[in-house]
Amino acid sequence: MSKTIVVDELRKRYGDVNAVDGVSFEVEEGEFFGILGPNGAGKTTTLEIIEGLREADGGTVRVLGLAPWPRNSKLLPRLGVQLQGSSFFERLTAREQLQTFGSLYGVPARKADEMLETVGLTEKADTPVENLSGGQAQRLSIACALVHDPEVVFLDEPSAALDPQARRNLWDVLRAINTEGRTIVLTTHYMDEAEILCDRVAIMDGGRILEMGPPATLVRRLDAPVRISVPTGAMSIEDARALPAAEDAHDDGVSLVISTRDPSAVVGAMAAKDALDGVQIHGANLEDVFLTLTGREYRA
Amino acid sequence: MSGLDSFKSLARAMFLGFRRDRRALFFTVIFPLMFLVIFAGLLGNRGASKGSIAEIGQVTVLDQAMSADPDLKQTLKVTKYTDQKKALDKVKKGDADAAVSETGGTVTVYTSQADQVKAGIARSIIDSIVQSANVAASGKQPAFTMAEPQTVDDKSLKSIQFFTPSLLGWALASAGVFGAAQTLVQWRISGLLRRLRLSPAPIPSVFGARVAVSLAVALAQMAIFVGVAKALFGLQLSHSWWMSIPLMMSGVLAFLSIGMVIGAWAKTQDSAQTVTQMIILPMAFLGGSFFPLDIAPKWLQILSYVFPLRWLNEGMLNVMARGLGPMSALPQMLVLLGIAVLFSFVGLRLFRWDNA
Repeated sequence: MSKTIVVDELRKRYGDVNAVDGVSFEVEEGEFFGILGPNGAGKTTTLEIIEGLREADGGTVRVLGLAPWPRNSKLLPRLGVQLQGSSFFERLTAREQLQTFGSLYGVPARKADEMLETVGLTEKADTPVENLSGGQAQRLSIACALVHDPEVVFLDEPSAALDPQARRNLWDVLRAINTEGRTIVLTTHYMDEAEILCDRVAIMDGGRILEMGPPATLVRRLDAPVRISVPTGAMSIEDARALPAAEDAHDDGVSLVISTRDPSAVVGAMAAKDALDGVQIHGANLEDVFLTLTGREYRA
Repeated sequence: MSGLDSFKSLARAMFLGFRRDRRALFFTVIFPLMFLVIFAGLLGNRGASKGSIAEIGQVTVLDQAMSADPDLKQTLKVTKYTDQKKALDKVKKGDADAAVSETGGTVTVYTSQADQVKAGIARSIIDSIVQSANVAASGKQPAFTMAEPQTVDDKSLKSIQFFTPSLLGWALASAGVFGAAQTLVQWRISGLLRRLRLSPAPIPSVFGARVAVSLAVALAQMAIFVGVAKALFGLQLSHSWWMSIPLMMSGVLAFLSIGMVIGAWAKTQDSAQTVTQMIILPMAFLGGSFFPLDIAPKWLQILSYVFPLRWLNEGMLNVMARGLGPMSALPQMLVLLGIAVLFSFVGLRLFRWDNA
């Protein structure tokens, strides 16, 4: 079965900068694929080229077997796009936005109310879009991207500028639409979002893909130490460093943090000393993967 | 998904966006109407003002002439003074065009150097009064008589006849340029243009919707303007006034295309607004929207033809107020359509979907 999205050696220059520098990946049908990286990594440009908003300087793109550039009106009805920032018609209500976008795809007006329900905005149906909160506007954006039942959905930083509660609400919506069988490509600079939502993640920086794979696999591949932290005073640093399998220990006055690649050994030893009150255990995460890959601080 | 459906729903969205925008409604409809009421209502139907004479003491020839000839009262306003100095002061200040006194049979006229024309007029009126008095006093039959005066068709217009089409021209230009420029810049900045580009909506539908909404708004502007002018100020529409509708549409197309060029070039709302105002207001003044250009110097009248609004104003005046036939607006229509084609071409070349 052919892949839904095939990107091969994509390139795009802006003046001296290689915004996209030889990017290749494939996305399967129904997959939730994330492109993760800091601002300026080239994620948005890559997405724009796949969507057909920008022309690549080199390489090929195929979506559902078709080329998105030049503007392909056979392909466009099968794609749903949520762009950065809310692009709405001024002074129209939530329902009217959906009706207008829907009618561009030949979708009947009543679909608008269904979509409002899907994203949980039914009570705001008659609210002008300017009066919606940030989270509500983002959900409406997604609804507008889905109103015509697209097979492939592109989301560019969908939870940017949202508070934590709104972000979690949004994740529920995104999980639901993925479960329906849609292929989703998402760009984000939130590591936790990529870890939680995506089947596979491509970590991107400087226009290149550094690593690609399921988040858990990438993290495990890192073989990073586990960090066990207890409140300061549970034991002295010297004792902590002396624990079996303990690689290192730090104390910043609030917590004593012990790193190890054999958590069972350390935890067992600490349990014997009754030093596990208030313990927190953290494994590595995607941010550690990024740090390792680029050798520098992640700048969100 | 047809182009027609996209066109209809985009037109509806644009129209609702406009109708719910109080600021836009004000500037498109109320603001020009305010000008109409102020200019036409307060300035009234004034023509040139009457001559004013300061009569010092009693000037019998003047008094006799005023009572004998009722028409004289239309052109002269006589104020009596007993104090010569006061009367002369009035002349010096310009409140009176001339002062007249009579001693024995000699009539003396005092005028100021300031307004030679008014002074000359006053002197000749007094002179003719004195001469007619002489003829009457001599008892001889005058050698020459005046026939009944014939009136000539007045090409200069009463205030409301002038202001309705001219201010309407300004309102149409404003709305046309603003509408196109604002929409383009706003939609580009908000990303709506990109979003539309990603939909299967044909590009002509997007532009077509903008044109259709602007034409509909222009029609409404015109109806309101003419309605108010007729109801409140007694505007009389000439017989070929219907020609103003296709003329108005050509004008709107021309101004939309200018707005499109501005909207394609401008990167922010502010710069779009600034450039629009910089163009519209001088164009309105120099194109004859606020005062008739017959009183302007010749070189200015010629220069004004650079401005599209001049052509629109002239065409509208011709068919709405001057009573000329429908063909009188045809050259103006063609010029406006030509401008529309030219600027549309430029606008399409400059057009960008986003600010990247």
